[in-house]
Amino acid sequence: MAQKSFRQALNEALHFEMARDPRVIMMGEDLTGGAGANGVKDAWGGAFGVTKGLLGAFGPERIRDTPISEAAFIGAAAGAALTGLRPIAEIMFVDFAGVCLDQIMNQAAKFRYMFGGRAKTPLVIRATYGAGSRSGSQHTQALHSIFTHIPGLKVVIPSTPYDAKGLLLQAIRDDDPVIFLEHKMLYDTVGEVPDGAYTIPFAEARVARDGKDVLIIAIGRMVSVAEEAARKLAADGISACIIDPRTTSPLDEDTLLDFTDKIGRVVIVDEANPRCSVATDISALLADKSFDALKAPIKLVTAPHSPVPYAPNLEDAYIPTAAAVAKAATSIAKR
Amino acid sequence: MSALQLSHDELLKVYRTMRMIRRFEERVMEEMGTGDIPGNTHLYAGQEASAVGVCLQLEEGDYISSTHRGHGHSIAKGVDIDSMMAELFGRASGTCGGKGGSMHIADLRKGMLGANGIVAAGAPITCGAALSMKVLGSRQVAVAFAGDGAMNEGVMSESFNLAKIWNLPIVFVIEDNGFGEATANAAVSAGSFTRRAESYDIPTLEVDGTDVFAVYSAAGEAVERARGGGGPTMLHVHVPRYYGHYSGDPDTYRTPEEKKAMRQERDCLVSFRRRMKEVSLLEEAELDAVDQEVEAAIDQAVAAARAAPFPPLSALTSDVYVKYL
Repeated sequence: MAQKSFRQALNEALHFEMARDPRVIMMGEDLTGGAGANGVKDAWGGAFGVTKGLLGAFGPERIRDTPISEAAFIGAAAGAALTGLRPIAEIMFVDFAGVCLDQIMNQAAKFRYMFGGRAKTPLVIRATYGAGSRSGSQHTQALHSIFTHIPGLKVVIPSTPYDAKGLLLQAIRDDDPVIFLEHKMLYDTVGEVPDGAYTIPFAEARVARDGKDVLIIAIGRMVSVAEEAARKLAADGISACIIDPRTTSPLDEDTLLDFTDKIGRVVIVDEANPRCSVATDISALLADKSFDALKAPIKLVTAPHSPVPYAPNLEDAYIPTAAAVAKAATSIAKR
Repeated sequence: MSALQLSHDELLKVYRTMRMIRRFEERVMEEMGTGDIPGNTHLYAGQEASAVGVCLQLEEGDYISSTHRGHGHSIAKGVDIDSMMAELFGRASGTCGGKGGSMHIADLRKGMLGANGIVAAGAPITCGAALSMKVLGSRQVAVAFAGDGAMNEGVMSESFNLAKIWNLPIVFVIEDNGFGEATANAAVSAGSFTRRAESYDIPTLEVDGTDVFAVYSAAGEAVERARGGGGPTMLHVHVPRYYGHYSGDPDTYRTPEEKKAMRQERDCLVSFRRRMKEVSLLEEAELDAVDQEVEAAIDQAVAAARAAPFPPLSALTSDVYVKYL
């Protein structure tokens, strides 16, 4: 199977689905880059190059560079989804969702419910998230917990190039609004990705690594951190199982509970701030439904409850590390 | 646009729809008093000529979006009043199965994209509907109704910008009743609304919203421009608001004298009747018959709503997603 980057996997999914379904359109800031200027029209392909080449293939009617105006174009994408198109809107950094949260949280998420089931909103909002790029507090947050909290939204947070492609195709074909979160430090990671189209259903967690002593539930980019931790743990004779939920809404509760029942020792790893988060939510779920199977307290490894700092040493300390995950796992492995 | 250019049936329809909105609102206010309509409502009474004048220019497949004050726009766009009344009573037979209520009333089958509990939020959504029409190659247009309060939300200006750069088939109808909730527009709005839109090179028209013919004429120009590929237009429509901001608002920030004068001097139904008499187009008796017909229809809607069951408890978690998780 071909080795492709996370970025390339997403680009393939977008190309495939736009070719397959003329109702799919895209909009966002610098989605192509160069609109209205004299140089190359498709200069950027999005701030991270994910949408490169789509303009040439599908033209400016379907690939729209927007003004820097999130409230208007996310609202327009929601309205377009309500009236017959299947828009994909890109928020360059998920932090900017603050500018248009009304359109996400009060409008798109609620159309179906408020209108008595007579509306569908096949909208995908793609956004980058995550720390590690020395970009400071307003370009680096992990906000999946906020979206997961809102009924009506689905939240996808892939960790591998293979999953990125399959989950994005699924997201575009879904009739509900989907928040699709791409960690900016994952774009250049490489993995096996088939050339053809395939979809990955939502609420189907992936067993990233099998093991029997400790269960590590890791989200998004934290899956690779967990994998590094698992290698350290293996050297110490501790066998770690890693589960990647892939979607935090809907959440594959069954798989998380099954593995908790089987292993009894759990570490949850999440880059998001810890209070009222997906990590605490999963922890509560396991404590509620698998309490009798637990052989040790559930351990959470997350960022601290602070904004993302700028100084390199502080940002590195902010992001959960493999060492911290290994330490947490070790602390419960022998109990 | 002279009154003479509308057919006899169209004139009767104009009157019937305005009268229906007025009586619907007055009846809702009465029923609020019984406690059988939950929560609160924001009434449109006084502004009827605006919704009716605009929607008379629209086709079945055209879209509108509305404001907190969504009943009038819904009726003007052809939404069934039985289901609307049932929705206000929170019943399963309501337009939204009882899950939307007054502030979220919507009927996509009639092109009504919803009242909105968030001021100005309908503007970008309606840009999206207009974008759909453009991309799908249809000739339909979209109309975003908004109030004067919405003009001070940033998303309104963003929507003007988006509509202009994308040349969207959209009409922004700003219904200026002089008040954003309890605060006078004059106290919180700088400059003129039409100049704001004109600064985006969007053509504008300023209209007396108590004159249904003036609104009809302005809307005709705007809708024709949108349908013909000429892009957005903004109508600044001046209307009175008969009740307070919401049904529980004692409306003490306006004097009894100005409220009385407003009703005496700026009533679209009274002026319509006077006009019809002047030009001898509709008989008093015909109009009286419409009044009775409307009365009966509203009695029937209220009785049906009251008799209808509430939604089943299973509806609590249905339609959150296509399939509940």
